[in-house]
Amino acid sequence: MKKIEAIIRKSKFEDVKRALYDAGIEWFSYWDITGLGKSTEDQVVRGQVFKSGYIQRRMVSIVVRDLNLDKTINAILDSAWTGETGDGKLFVYDIENTYRIRTKESGPEALYNKDESTKN
Amino acid sequence: MKKNKITLAALLALLSATVSAQTAAVATPKIDSGDTAWMIVAIAFVLLMSIPGLALFYGGLVRRKNVLNVFMQVFILVAVISIEWVVLGYSNAFSSNSIEALKPYIGGFDWAFLSNIGISDLSPYFISHSQPAADGTLIGTIPHIVFIMFQCMFAVITPALIIGAFAERINFKGFLIFSLLWSIFIYNPVAHWVWSGDGWLFKLGALDFAGGTVVHINAGVAAIVTAIMLGKRRDYKGHAIPAHNITYVVMGAGLLWVGWFGFNAGSGLAADGLAANALMVTHIAAAAAALTWALLDWFLDKRPTVVGISTGAVAGLVAITPAAGFVGIAGALIIGAVVSLICFFMVAYVKPKLGYDDSLDAFGVHGIGGIIGAVLTGVLATPAIQAYAGAVYGNFHQLWVQLIAVGATIIFSGVGTFVLFIITDKLVGLRVTDKHEAVGLDETQHGETAYTNFD
Repeated sequence: MKKIEAIIRKSKFEDVKRALYDAGIEWFSYWDITGLGKSTEDQVVRGQVFKSGYIQRRMVSIVVRDLNLDKTINAILDSAWTGETGDGKLFVYDIENTYRIRTKESGPEALYNKDESTKN
Repeated sequence: MKKNKITLAALLALLSATVSAQTAAVATPKIDSGDTAWMIVAIAFVLLMSIPGLALFYGGLVRRKNVLNVFMQVFILVAVISIEWVVLGYSNAFSSNSIEALKPYIGGFDWAFLSNIGISDLSPYFISHSQPAADGTLIGTIPHIVFIMFQCMFAVITPALIIGAFAERINFKGFLIFSLLWSIFIYNPVAHWVWSGDGWLFKLGALDFAGGTVVHINAGVAAIVTAIMLGKRRDYKGHAIPAHNITYVVMGAGLLWVGWFGFNAGSGLAADGLAANALMVTHIAAAAAALTWALLDWFLDKRPTVVGISTGAVAGLVAITPAAGFVGIAGALIIGAVVSLICFFMVAYVKPKLGYDDSLDAFGVHGIGGIIGAVLTGVLATPAIQAYAGAVYGNFHQLWVQLIAVGATIIFSGVGTFVLFIITDKLVGLRVTDKHEAVGLDETQHGETAYTNFD
């Protein structure tokens, strides 16, 4: 089991969401984040263009079984890409164990549901 | 020298005698400071309804990615329609047309750019307070400019109400052009029909104290036409999309309620008993409607909701608008209760059944509420307030006239909106791309975000 955390552009979120659904990844968490970095973004306030170092991005966090790892990574890499600086980063972590609270199942079985369509 | 002086004195004496004789015959018409002071306050109240009242009410109901777009739409209409109003709107709505055949339908251009209107001119329009002018005709007691600005605020808020129907999916440029065309070709003529001395509905005897037909039915019908023609939002699945900030909705509904005191109690154009009655029935109808909606929520969906009571209050304010100068406290209670019952039914059952996406229920609340108010005015108008009786006092003719006014407004606004929508859509396009709709209109139309994580 792996955890994928991706920092992506807000404007690419809808594309990433669709690509993940198409790849069979049907549940994940996301939240808005602010980052600081060398790169800046243009922001217009009262007619003046500011180079802002506070960069608005969205963090997507997904836990998948090993067999789904590559297609999940590829789905994000392809759908979040613009080619410009600031497309974001993607991190992969090992997951020690997973428990489903309702059934108390553990291990990879806790990540997907055989009867329903949840496939992570 | 001396002789000359005497002659001059005699002349002056003669002159002053003639002048005082004239003054005795016709008193110089005077501005009533009490009426004028109240009306200037009322103008500010009605502006408060648009910004920030309506902006907050609608802005809270949309998703967080579209809140600035809604604020911007309301704000820019205040700017654009106010200018349109002094350039030609007021003249088209309230002046007399020199072409005889057009007189009942649209005003002329005599007052374009407010030319020929001086600061000491008195309003040619009045309800309860009037006085004879130098030429013997009756005129009002407030400056003409005050009347123009009061009406300006009505012209501003009417197209802003339609925003509720197409929120979250309209191209900003298309929206702006459509709203301007709509004000010129739909609002101004309908205001002329109902409120100008030449208007055909006015002459027919249609009662619309503060804009049930001109403002609410007019905007409400335009709302459903635009909602259907623009299509559903990409995420609309047959039920409302959750409001992103219900505290805004409450603040907006509260400011609308406050502002409505200016809207309705100002529509008598005087500070008198009629204004007091209008204020009272406005308040009581809003209270009855808010309570009715909350109780409906409570009984039918287990719990009274905050969005529900806010919507109910607005529905009550809409419905009492045409009736405020004609009904008493019983009428206000009936109108308030009935409007919430019917509007609740419309937005909770009829809208999902028919499947149109009226984002913020501009038709369900303003259109339906306006129709109920205009029709009930014909039923409940009481001679105890002004000399108008409704069907409950045996005057079924009034109800018939109200139905004609409602029908004419629905047809004109419906067909006119349909035509203007097609023209604007062909010119610049009205729907945003699916991508832009997904990202949100704040980012794509204005390059700003409402809520940031900045320090």
